[in-house]
Amino acid sequence: MDNQILKVNGLTMDFGGIRALNSLDLDVNRGEIVALIGPNGAGKTTFFNCITGIYAPTEGEVYLASPGSDTKVSLKGLKPNQVTEKGLARTFQNIRLFAKMTVLENVMIGRHCRTKATVLGAVFRNRTTRDEEQSILETSYDILEKVGLEQYVNEFANNLPYGAQRRLEVARALATEPLLLLLDEPAAGMNPQETIELEKLIKEISSEGQSILLIEHDMTLVMSLSDRIFVMDYGKKIAEGTPVEIRENPAVIKAYLGEDVDA
Amino acid sequence: MLLIKELKKALGVALWFIFLTFPIMVIKVDPIERIIRYRWENAAYVAIVAFTAYLVMSFFKMRKLRVTADKKEVKKSQNVIYSILNNKKQLTVLSFAILAIAIIFPHFFSVYQTNVMTTALMYVVLGLGLNIVVGMAGLLDLGFVAFYAVGAYSYALLNYHFGLGFWVVLPIGGALAAIFGIILGFPVLRLRGDYLAIVTLGFGEIIRLILENWGEFSQGPSGISNISRPGFFGMDFSLETSIMYMYYIMVIGVIVTIFIVNRLQDSRLGRAWIALREDEIACQAMGIDKRKTKLAAFSLGAFWAGLIGVVFAAKTTFINPASFTFLESAIILSIVVLGGMGSIIGVILGAFILILMPEYLRALSEFRMLAFGGVMVAMMVFRPQGMIANIRRTYKFEKQE
Ligand SMILES: Nc1ncnc2c1ncn2[C@@H]1O[C@H](COP(=O)(O)OP(=O)(O)O)[C@@H](O)[C@H]1O
Ligand SMILES: [Mg+2]
Repeated sequence: MDNQILKVNGLTMDFGGIRALNSLDLDVNRGEIVALIGPNGAGKTTFFNCITGIYAPTEGEVYLASPGSDTKVSLKGLKPNQVTEKGLARTFQNIRLFAKMTVLENVMIGRHCRTKATVLGAVFRNRTTRDEEQSILETSYDILEKVGLEQYVNEFANNLPYGAQRRLEVARALATEPLLLLLDEPAAGMNPQETIELEKLIKEISSEGQSILLIEHDMTLVMSLSDRIFVMDYGKKIAEGTPVEIRENPAVIKAYLGEDVDA
Repeated sequence: MLLIKELKKALGVALWFIFLTFPIMVIKVDPIERIIRYRWENAAYVAIVAFTAYLVMSFFKMRKLRVTADKKEVKKSQNVIYSILNNKKQLTVLSFAILAIAIIFPHFFSVYQTNVMTTALMYVVLGLGLNIVVGMAGLLDLGFVAFYAVGAYSYALLNYHFGLGFWVVLPIGGALAAIFGIILGFPVLRLRGDYLAIVTLGFGEIIRLILENWGEFSQGPSGISNISRPGFFGMDFSLETSIMYMYYIMVIGVIVTIFIVNRLQDSRLGRAWIALREDEIACQAMGIDKRKTKLAAFSLGAFWAGLIGVVFAAKTTFINPASFTFLESAIILSIVVLGGMGSIIGVILGAFILILMPEYLRALSEFRMLAFGGVMVAMMVFRPQGMIANIRRTYKFEKQE
């Protein structure tokens, strides 16, 4: 009935005197890939930080679909870990892996909020804990295979090549079983070959029904992947539509070419 | 260049700490003789610890910049120790050999040596406990001795007032210390790095000052004496046997601790601690409850200190607040740093080196602190990851078709 997975109303974020987000509305439907684009400093990362509970937005509402029910839950006031538990998982623009943990362990961390072994379980390794640990291992390995990092399982995360680190971030987020996956410039710094592989990966994840909200600067990637695109500049939404509509939108062209905006 | 700059800054921090802690650490008013005594040696301790702690922290901060250098190091350090640690068979053989030596040790060495070894084993457990907090969860705790004191005083007081025995109080002491760990944990949940270090340092001193000044409760600076030694089904031991008994209790204690800490390290909770240490924001964003995880680290770390506190009170049969000074926290922290943060084997080695060396180098006792400080600085400069860097568990996956 209701196909929306994320609904954001009037999101505003002030840093002292700076309004980094200005009454932003955005929505993502089930199974869609939606792109959020805009010049540097437009407020895209701030948007992610606000909906994932890292910043507390000044104003506005964020609703996320809840599995098995038609009503959405508000994410307002939740801590980042609670937001992740509700089904919103993200990657970071400036890679934030757990450097001194292995690649596998990085993904296993993603399973944390879907498992519940306690201290006693850890010490006594009872049946339930062992089974849970086994399932964490298997799920994590499967995800690593999916993103093509299985040859690195036991490497420290910071020893991976750059492109692989970015894909590990995606793997780690996927391990939390998100309803909506948030990717913050996943192709940044990648070479063309790595970008093509990333595109394939995102398409594959999406084809399995994963809804994705993507911040990206690589326009070829954005145009080929997205079902819909939101464009923002100076914290405001300036356009919204399909890739074709966005490509021809005069406001977008202005924002990107840096022409003076007419009064 | 960067190193000299950091050393200079560390020196500044050390001076600043001397200044800050001057009133509590250096000045001591002696109300009986009505004089003020200046304990300048404490200023030196404060300086050494602040200096080292600063370098540890700046190492944490710089680690990101050092990734490339580290990579080479990982390759190089595939030496004998690592190959043994990675080889299950060799490790088992080695463990049994060490266990055998541990068992026969008191029969070949004097009572004095056995007693020293018991102390070293106690510090192994203390180090492993603090390793949970500092090494795994990355929370720089300079007041760890407070929990040790809680354990020791719970046994001393419960024994003094109610005649409770060692084995009854052992779990109580551990539990009380764990509760104190949570009490300390709550107010410092939001703090990190330098701020956390200062608050925990204050907490440690507060506990000691309470014990010193609340005479009706703790009998003040004169302490509590005649604490019972551990019993064994009502048997009475000679002094010699009871020292041996204490030694074997600690051998078992160390084995149990290693077993549990090792299991924790590769568990869901252990991974969460390490993730918290590596990147607090990413850790939360991956769905880990920061509060719960930190409190678990504080209380589980404190638990071991509480247990050893009980053992300490039973071993010495006399305790007073002077046994629980900041220097004690500093030594335990040094064990963790020297051995290698997060590395169980490293911490064990660190404890033996730092506790046994001074015992067997009595001749040099005057230069002890100097050597101690020198070793720590050298360590930070040449091998900041500690003697044995933390290695993570590796997994093998086999495809079943
Ligand atoms: N924590 C913060 N404090 C102050 N200003 C911030 C903070 N985070 C982001 N900003 C500001 O918000 C604006 C948007 O930044 P950001 O969201 O990172 O842009 P984008 O990701 O679109 O490049 C910038 O002007 C930035 O300086
Ligand atoms: Mg950004």
